[in-house]
Amino acid sequence: MSLPAPSLYGEPLLRTEGLTLKFGGITAADAIDFALQPGERLAVIGANGAGKTTFINICTGYIRPTHGKVFLAGRDITTLGPRQIARLGVGRSFQLPQLFQDHTVRQCLELGAVGRAGRASWFKPLAQSVDQKAVTEMLELVELQAHADERVTALPEGHRKLLDVAIALMLQPRLVIMDEPTSGVASEEKHAVMNTLMRALDERNVTSWFVEHDTDIVLKYATRVAAWIDGRIAADGKPEDVFADPVVRREVLGSK
Amino acid sequence: MRHLSVFRLVVAATFLLVAVALAVPWARVPAISFLCFGLAALGLTVLMRAGQVSFGHAMYAAIGGYTVAFLARRFPGADALLLALAGVLASAVCGAVVSVFLSRYRGIFFGMLNLGISMVLVSLIGKLYTHTGGTDGLRFERPTMLGMTLSRGDFEIAMLVLVVVLALAALWLVQRYFDSAAGQLLAAIKTNETRLEYIGVSARRVLVQGYVVSAALVGLSGVLLALVQGLVTPEAGHWLRSGEYVFIAILGGSATAVGAFLGAAVFEIIKLTAAAYFTNAWQSLLGATLIAVLFFAPDGLMAARRARRKDVSS
Repeated sequence: MSLPAPSLYGEPLLRTEGLTLKFGGITAADAIDFALQPGERLAVIGANGAGKTTFINICTGYIRPTHGKVFLAGRDITTLGPRQIARLGVGRSFQLPQLFQDHTVRQCLELGAVGRAGRASWFKPLAQSVDQKAVTEMLELVELQAHADERVTALPEGHRKLLDVAIALMLQPRLVIMDEPTSGVASEEKHAVMNTLMRALDERNVTSWFVEHDTDIVLKYATRVAAWIDGRIAADGKPEDVFADPVVRREVLGSK
Repeated sequence: MRHLSVFRLVVAATFLLVAVALAVPWARVPAISFLCFGLAALGLTVLMRAGQVSFGHAMYAAIGGYTVAFLARRFPGADALLLALAGVLASAVCGAVVSVFLSRYRGIFFGMLNLGISMVLVSLIGKLYTHTGGTDGLRFERPTMLGMTLSRGDFEIAMLVLVVVLALAALWLVQRYFDSAAGQLLAAIKTNETRLEYIGVSARRVLVQGYVVSAALVGLSGVLLALVQGLVTPEAGHWLRSGEYVFIAILGGSATAVGAFLGAAVFEIIKLTAAAYFTNAWQSLLGATLIAVLFFAPDGLMAARRARRKDVSS
């Protein structure tokens, strides 16, 4: 098994070794060696079914790989579940935002704070059992303060996407993985959502990787791009280099 | 404002109930039974907060009741309060053991596994005649209350006071639990377990906690019913009884803790009305009520009341 090339930065934040997932006759992840350095903004591109979300699911403990290992800051997390990995500092958002739909925006963040604290009072009301300053700061950070007391079911998709990431940020993670943060958002609002998200991640010093289909957004916000084809990373590097790769142009971007 | 009005409602209802029960001796046992059904339904309401229904929860009433009967027969001097405490503890411990397995399941599997376990337990109680008295159940002498030996009438009054105090305490504590961080995590199981795991919270652990609370509440109701009757039979854990508890919990809804007692009151009124006017059709009346509630107030009577108030104010 080949090890990833030694890093100039020291131990990567997240690293995978020969990560493989097979089910049925499909190879959803095919011996992936991957490393993410602290401070990077990685965009993952690829056609539907290329294995982008599967890779996120494996790295966050939702799916066990058939072979291979995942390391977080040098620690083997391959056999841990989403709960333990979240507690080690990996936040996640979803293509379809995973919110608590009977709760308000503020309460969703309060529940995130309870998750961070790791214990829940049985007697104090939710609002009084968490640090309200942290909740208010998060509301301001993702610009949802005007919607704090609205039910999450009443929110437009862009706000739901922001809240999905904000819940993850309440855990004070080192890394946030976002699965299509702008899908379902009206095209004229996509940049506003990304601006807010990226500013929030910068302010909290969080490394991030996001899955994205929109080339403009990838070029504007990513420092690095990885192109997925059939469960493998076909190209990985600076955005302009990856977009110039003939295989990526043919298989992922669909141009000649 | 809403809390204040519910508080007033509860205070007024409590006074009315106690006054009627003190003035009319035959109303005492129905009043105790109503509050016990309310306590049991409150236990089911805890699970409904997490989006789960159990069709076997009456087993915890049986566990509580039989614990009281065993101990009262084995230790004739034991006080009613000590017996009650032991019965509730036994229910909670059994609930903890069962929930370790059942917390893996949701929905129909969760509901039916509870039913299965309760049916095994009830049939065991029926078969182990030498220990449990079989289907005749176990009778026991009236225990002392706080060290006092009371006549039957005085014991009923003492039990009434005890049940009222415990029901009010349970109502308050469970409402605090619902509003607390732990209770909101429980409610989050209903809406998004995936996200719960991704914020570092074990949904299973949260459900186990809720299950133990619900088993203890149903156990408490079984303990109190056994004490007031001086008798416990396998009926206490029968699936029909479990069904009645679910029925009451659905009537009241899971919006607030007080709903369970409102549901129990409606249930008791239907039973009394039916007994007086439709002796052979009381189940049809219950069924019709359930259909009406599911159509017109699917989140329960308390939620319907709140929704209407909201419409008026906005």
